[in-house]
Amino acid sequence: MFPPSEDPGPDFVSLLRRTGSTVVTPGTDSPLPVRHATTVVALRFAEGIVMAGDRRATEGHVIAHRAMEKVFPADRYSAVAIAGAAGFAVEMVRLFQVQLEHYEKVEGLTLSLEGKANQLAQMVRSHLPLAMQGLAVVPLFAGYDVGRGVGRIFTYDVTGGHYEEADFQATGSGGRDARTTIKLGFRDGLSRDEAVELAIQALYEAADEDAGTGGPDLVRGIYPLVAVVTDEGYLQAPESEVAERFATLIERKRADQLGRGARGGEPA
Amino acid sequence: MTMPFYVAPEQVMKDRAEYAQKGIARGRSLVATVYDEGILMVAENPSRSLHKVSEIYDRIAFAGVGKYNEYDQLRVAGVRHADTKGFAYSREDVDARSLANLYAQFLGNVFTHEMKPLEVEILVAELGAEGRPDQLYHIAYEGTITDEDRFAVLGGDAETITERVAEGWRRDWDLTGALGAAAQALAGPERTLGEGDLEVAILSRANGRRSFRRITDDELAGLLGHGGRGSAGRARSGARASTAGPKTAEGAGGQADDEAAEGDGGAKGSKGTSRPDGA
Repeated sequence: MFPPSEDPGPDFVSLLRRTGSTVVTPGTDSPLPVRHATTVVALRFAEGIVMAGDRRATEGHVIAHRAMEKVFPADRYSAVAIAGAAGFAVEMVRLFQVQLEHYEKVEGLTLSLEGKANQLAQMVRSHLPLAMQGLAVVPLFAGYDVGRGVGRIFTYDVTGGHYEEADFQATGSGGRDARTTIKLGFRDGLSRDEAVELAIQALYEAADEDAGTGGPDLVRGIYPLVAVVTDEGYLQAPESEVAERFATLIERKRADQLGRGARGGEPA
Repeated sequence: MTMPFYVAPEQVMKDRAEYAQKGIARGRSLVATVYDEGILMVAENPSRSLHKVSEIYDRIAFAGVGKYNEYDQLRVAGVRHADTKGFAYSREDVDARSLANLYAQFLGNVFTHEMKPLEVEILVAELGAEGRPDQLYHIAYEGTITDEDRFAVLGGDAETITERVAEGWRRDWDLTGALGAAAQALAGPERTLGEGDLEVAILSRANGRRSFRRITDDELAGLLGHGGRGSAGRARSGARASTAGPKTAEGAGGQADDEAAEGDGGAKGSKGTSRPDGA
């Protein structure tokens, strides 16, 4: 227990500081191989948001992990996805999850969606010194705003700046390709299924163009993670659904390719 | 330097115990019991926002009776302890026993070393995981800790209420049955308590990771109604005013201030004892 002047209140990070735990380990300046996580997307639809991320982690040119999870529930009504140095990013998400729950339990109330976004911004900002050394962590935050009844998306930069996006956003090395795909397919008032489909297409195109982004791994049965957040809370799309959508998408692409092959493949 | 008058230690302890008991008896009581899906906690509490029962961690709940500011301070300390431990190690390493010991040490320390004992009685309830039984740790104002695996009653009127609960207690009763019996036991033969007078929360195996859930408003009214109790119980405030003695001192802001300073002393004193499992 703390005397009132030193009481950390509902802030878990300053509680850790006061009890002497280190939140972030001091940075190393040697260029160690660090795992970099890669394409994550979020888009709004009629009842909330869809967030999806690929599963590949790389160390330089080596695939370090094939089944990494980059989309997490932050709390009941929000999701956070990560791109950047994996170790720090996962730790940041863990801290963020505990912080939201800690606040809720100590105060007896949940933070507003904007409050959660600000909390995460502070964590990203405190990571800046390490980001300067090349170990950047750039999260993507989205959730269902219970007060307003809409889905909202927030993006971050390495300095902790955070910006609300109107409709969709993607980050990571394949973010640009994913963003373009969503831009072409997006319209207001998408249904849940359309939004999931669009997210899956975006990840497919990103994996097609970007070496750091993993596509669907049909051999091992590893598929990107897709989460849907609505007024019913955070729900992960079942793997069978994601697998089926990818199978259909690949079938369509192959049919396209064959059709094109038949037309243009004739030797002159 | 003047010598203080000699007072026998027995007398000091007796006075302190009496003081604490009086303070606790002023508040209303609380019943916690095991039922088929988990643990049910029912407190007589007309307030919707100043809670007696709260969540500590995934499978752990806290309940307190007595002075609101004092047990709320203990509640927050518990949340901090659990969250820090779960973050440093793993979520499954957070257990109620260590938390209950911590509370017992703190309360014991304050009771023997401070001017004023804490006027609280608290309960740490844990939903059993993987075959382990549900556990209720009942900690008294002087740090005495007892563990129960059936039910626990906290508050001034504990003895009478315990008798009433024990009469009809069954291990496999459902939520409706347990809630009805608990409300009846709290109310006694002359009163009926409706959903406006009760604070109800459960730790349920059906709730997933965070097993704590409050039962409020319509759901509570429904459960109480199904318990076969007359609708008279729901004729609220008017009836309550006549049954309550002195308006509960819990949460009274004025008192809280004078005692804050003493509370801090206790907090510092206990710091050493609050770390053993972290070392």
